[in-house]
Amino acid sequence: MSTYFVKRLTYMAIILLAASFLIFSLYAMTPGDFITGNIKLTPERKAELREIYGLNKPLIERYLTWMKNAVHGDFGYSLAQQKPVLTLFNQYIWNSFLLAIVSTFLTWLIAVVVGVIAAYKQYSWFDTLVMVLIFAAMSIPSFFIGLFLIKVLAVDLKWLPPGGMITTGSNAQGFAYVKEVIHHMTLPVIVMTLLGVGSLTRYFRSNMIDVIKQDYIRTARAKGLTERKVLFTHALRNALLPAITLVGFELPALFGGSLIIEKIFNWPGIGQLYMQSFGLRDYPLLMGFTMFIAVLTVIGTLLSDILYHLADPRVKL
Amino acid sequence: MTVAGGETAQGISVNKNQPHARSSLWRQSFRRLVRNKLAITGFAVVVIMFLACFIGPFFSPYTDNKINMALMNHAPSAKHWLGTDTLGRDVMTRVLLAGRISLTVGLASMVLSVFIGTLLGIIAGYYRGVVDQLIMRLADLLLTVPSLPLLFIIGALLSEWKVPPDYRMYIVMLMLSVVSWPGLARMIRGQLLSLREREFMQATIVLGLSDKRKLFRHLLPNLVPLIIVIATLNIGGAILSESVLSFFGLGVMPPTPTWGNMIDAANNMIDFQERPWLWLPPGFSIFATVIAINIFGDGLRDVLDPKQKR
Repeated sequence: MSTYFVKRLTYMAIILLAASFLIFSLYAMTPGDFITGNIKLTPERKAELREIYGLNKPLIERYLTWMKNAVHGDFGYSLAQQKPVLTLFNQYIWNSFLLAIVSTFLTWLIAVVVGVIAAYKQYSWFDTLVMVLIFAAMSIPSFFIGLFLIKVLAVDLKWLPPGGMITTGSNAQGFAYVKEVIHHMTLPVIVMTLLGVGSLTRYFRSNMIDVIKQDYIRTARAKGLTERKVLFTHALRNALLPAITLVGFELPALFGGSLIIEKIFNWPGIGQLYMQSFGLRDYPLLMGFTMFIAVLTVIGTLLSDILYHLADPRVKL
Repeated sequence: MTVAGGETAQGISVNKNQPHARSSLWRQSFRRLVRNKLAITGFAVVVIMFLACFIGPFFSPYTDNKINMALMNHAPSAKHWLGTDTLGRDVMTRVLLAGRISLTVGLASMVLSVFIGTLLGIIAGYYRGVVDQLIMRLADLLLTVPSLPLLFIIGALLSEWKVPPDYRMYIVMLMLSVVSWPGLARMIRGQLLSLREREFMQATIVLGLSDKRKLFRHLLPNLVPLIIVIATLNIGGAILSESVLSFFGLGVMPPTPTWGNMIDAANNMIDFQERPWLWLPPGFSIFATVIAINIFGDGLRDVLDPKQKR
């Protein structure tokens, strides 16, 4: 077990190191930088700023500096906002997390309930309807469904605000503030739930179908348990168990925000911050964000492997 | 599909002469597929979409490159079923022309990523050792770096290098393949590793068959069903990714129309609120096409690869 972890962690570190180099070189290759894009600066001032930010040094040297600081938990300063990258992350990430946690909760709730019922009534009209809806949800272009719902629910019907987190110019406090945020997050949460619910429902449905066919379910029925008890205590628990491995894969989505949804809904999350910074070529922030997601992905994979082993000890790590 | 269809067409012609002809696996699969109404409906929609996009524009009285200021921003009417855009072009014709590009990009990037993924997956799974390590570590690396930022960077690079709009669609195909091959290679490798352990492969070792023969006559044919299923489902994903990139102005650029960059009209406040005919039709076209492909792909999976659920 401990040798496994040592090996695993070493591999994670190597992959992340390689990823960091790839990310750094890609952004270094990206045309334009924050200083060139600013037309207000004189050429002398530009050269001076480049000197200060170390942009005129060779690629490898810049990478090593970046990496050395990153290992010490310093991802540099955002050039556009003149704040440490991590401070900015901390400022925006919780808005992203709010959207993600609510929509993830709804997604799982709907997926479990609908998936289990559909599996129990396999091949019924309800199941067919669910299957069609699952495919529909899996085939929606995310940005388009966002725009479409804004157009219908916000612009035409005026039921919900079209974007943002609070009404512009509002300084609501306390309960009024909470109400306002809930009002604003409804639409993005609906879209995110819609986008995630398809594949997860399908996952639970097929898990449940597999479980219902098992011998121990037949045994449970044969010894005269009520159908309710068979379904909820014997089948459902075993169908849900493998899903805990998915928790790890949710990690990047929970904290990494959603580039497309936050952009469409003008939600002040970390994804929106990334999209803004991309236009400005604010490299420290862009690299920090990309690296952050890569770290979350690697940790998420490790987490789900561990959870997999915990859920089913037959699986060797 | 082509493989299954081709084989079955031959099978049926044999069948006419001999009522109790042998039943091949392919023919059985085809019969089961035909019985799945949902899947066949999906396939029909895909075919109709392709025909409409590739043949439809020939029947349209309008051309895409003619700018007509007198016809700017007309709402849908009997003459222009989906209205006209800001340059007076017929939106219906444009949606069909855009479909050509979007469908081509989807198909081509699928072919490319399935080719790369299958090839590398097979090499890794069959030869193991150092090659396997190299390929799979590269795949791990690409799976670790988030794909959307990766695509954005490449898109921005292309804009800087002033790639002519006509060539951008080919590069978009390449970009999409770069991010989607690692997942495919992993799946193919996994399947290959499990096939290697089967009895029939031990038999080939006992028989002393050559590497080439083992690979091409025994392993590959068993991978084909999986590859067909993956390939079909991959088209839908590629169409979606292309639309996202083009919507953000980092994929295929105007004047070449694609469904994604047509929805870009929604970035203009007035077009978004007052002229939904500019951006709704391409959006629904993407949706209809992808859902049809996914339903058909799932039907294929049920038939060809019943063990693989999810």
